[in-house]
Amino acid sequence: MNFLNTIWRNEKSREIIVQIFVLFCIGWILSWLIANVDANFKALGKDISFEFLFIPAGYDINQYLIDYNNRDSHLRAGIVGLLNTGLVAVFGIILATVLGVFLGIIRLSKNWLASKLAYWYIEFSRNVPILLHILLWHGIIINTLPHPKKALNLGDLTFLSNRGFYIPKPLTENGIELVYLFLVIAIIFAVLFFKYARRKQDLTGVQYPVFWINLSVIILLPTIAFFISGMPISLEIPALRGFNFRGGMHMSPELAALTFALGIYTAAFIAEIVRAGIMAVDKGQREAAESIGLKPSKVMNLVILPQARRVIIPPLTSQYLNLTKNSSLAIAIGYMDLVATLGGISLNQTGREMETMVIVMLIYLSVSLSISAFMNWYNNKAKLVGR
Amino acid sequence: MSSQTYKPGSYPNLPPPPGTVGVYGWIKNNLFSSISNSLLTIISAILLYYLIDGIIGWFFLDAVFDADSKIECRKIDSGACWAVITRRVGQFVYGFYPEVERWRIDVSFLTMFVAFAPLLYPDIPKRKWLLWFSAIYPVFAFILINGGFFGLAKIEYSLFGGFMLTVILGVSGIVCSLPLGIVLALGRQSKLTVVRTLSVCFIEFMRGVPLITLLFVASSMLNYFMPPGTNFSILVRVIIMFTFFSAAYIAEVIRGGIQAIPKGQYEAADALGMTYWQKTRFITLPQALKISIPGIMNTFIGLYKDTTLVVVIGLLDPLGIGRAALADTKWNGLSTETYLFVALFFFVSCFAMSRYSLWLENKLNTDHK
Repeated sequence: MNFLNTIWRNEKSREIIVQIFVLFCIGWILSWLIANVDANFKALGKDISFEFLFIPAGYDINQYLIDYNNRDSHLRAGIVGLLNTGLVAVFGIILATVLGVFLGIIRLSKNWLASKLAYWYIEFSRNVPILLHILLWHGIIINTLPHPKKALNLGDLTFLSNRGFYIPKPLTENGIELVYLFLVIAIIFAVLFFKYARRKQDLTGVQYPVFWINLSVIILLPTIAFFISGMPISLEIPALRGFNFRGGMHMSPELAALTFALGIYTAAFIAEIVRAGIMAVDKGQREAAESIGLKPSKVMNLVILPQARRVIIPPLTSQYLNLTKNSSLAIAIGYMDLVATLGGISLNQTGREMETMVIVMLIYLSVSLSISAFMNWYNNKAKLVGR
Repeated sequence: MSSQTYKPGSYPNLPPPPGTVGVYGWIKNNLFSSISNSLLTIISAILLYYLIDGIIGWFFLDAVFDADSKIECRKIDSGACWAVITRRVGQFVYGFYPEVERWRIDVSFLTMFVAFAPLLYPDIPKRKWLLWFSAIYPVFAFILINGGFFGLAKIEYSLFGGFMLTVILGVSGIVCSLPLGIVLALGRQSKLTVVRTLSVCFIEFMRGVPLITLLFVASSMLNYFMPPGTNFSILVRVIIMFTFFSAAYIAEVIRGGIQAIPKGQYEAADALGMTYWQKTRFITLPQALKISIPGIMNTFIGLYKDTTLVVVIGLLDPLGIGRAALADTKWNGLSTETYLFVALFFFVSCFAMSRYSLWLENKLNTDHK
């Protein structure tokens, strides 16, 4: 007894005993679960195999970025779904960021009315579940927009109807390479000039109007190339043929609803993040910058934003991640994303719940983990260096 | 205005210059302080005018509150057709719970406030006695809602629905996930490698996958992990998944709180010779939980909103009831009305929760301001 007592009193040996005990418990639970799965699968005559991935899927997907038809395999259907998830996530992130930053700044404005409007928008939008946002927007597009025949006409270029949005499609012709080339050159110039101007400012304090120069270079150079090479871009404008539109780019009601819903919902969170980030910068920083005579725009760009960025980026990335995960709710309105293809129809058709869900979860998990890794890297890089 | 000069060194008691105080001063400072500001005010005012005008017209003035179908609604007036809600308000609240038994839901819902009051408001009189009631409330509510005891008829889970289901899922998820979250947070901060690794894996997995995939697992796969022949209700399975999911988020919030405690606190506790559990009980948790209240409340609000996802696996929460109503040819196409009604319910409850969290944060804030 005395011997056991000694072991238990010793911190090191106690820790080892506790850990072995925990490991034993977890191992026991896991083996119990696996034995259950095994017994259940035997009873049902099922096995675990991933061969179903290579048999024809046999269902249609109404929106695809790579070629797909119903004779393609489940694997390809899954990839189409994954690309659709990516598509809506990118659209959603762009909308959410633009709207969110705008709202965050309005929320901080000295204008009482505008600030209150933004406040109530944020409260309404973030206190309503995202699924409701999605269904609401889908319902609005499906039920209140007119039929294609009476589609809302925006300047004869874009048409809004309950079958989706039709926007002009840029068609490229011979000679477009020159435009791309000039665009790349302009971007390289812009980056180099930005770095040069930053170094010059650090060394001497001289400032160039970097933003305006870069903007005009990026617009001007490709435009010149566009005219030199004989205007190789034309727009294919959607036109009504029979009951529906032909030509142009088509944005399905589901994609549009999902983009709006995800963008508008996440924008409310981003607005709060931007506001908190800007408010987190010490008041003395702004006062000091103003007292040395910087213009308001310079105060923002050179003093407030570089410091706010450190506070804003980590939660912003996790909002982007949330948006991507929330896009899995697409299944509720029939947008064919990863969960709807592989985890939905493929699952129902092949009856392989275990395999499909494992794949879907692993894909989401690896996306989240890599974004978390990026965030950690950024946090370390942006950390205030203590002197 | 007459200009007046004063002798150097004299400081007469003058009123503030006109236009800096009072209603006029406030308007000038807050709405029209510069040209761009005035422009913003005008744009906002126009926006607000159209918004209010449209909302009042559509929601109330031109709305129809009772009719037999959508077509009839449209014949009466052009605004919202609330008949789709008013005709099914019982379903929206209670789901398919038998009508004669609905008092049981009402009683358990009202007593829920009594049970929560001593937990939410520390200053309430007779708190000690009320806490006993809070402790037995889960059993009490289960017996009342589920039935099967004391001559109460047993009600099938499949009849549960509407806002009642939202509240059941939300409250049980919230109540179960806080303790689990605390355990996970402590596990993640533990010195023991095995415990720490296990906690990290669990937390990262739960945070890394969308909730909907977890619900699919609950609805289609969880039975495989149980001994053959076990069949426990989908409601319980869903609550387990909600608990796991939000516990992982709560764990991360509380971990933030634990890390924010100054190191001196632990050193002082060690110097006093406290054991790990004493340290956790008296030093770590009281401070960490206080710091993490806003984050915990946000997670709760998120969990409450996420209960709507059960509609995807076929449970009849308010969204499910709404979709069932819309599938009826009589009400086909009234999605805006239906979803806005449900949205309003969520807005009111979530907004109340976030206000409570702000209040609590201020109350517990013992810093010197």
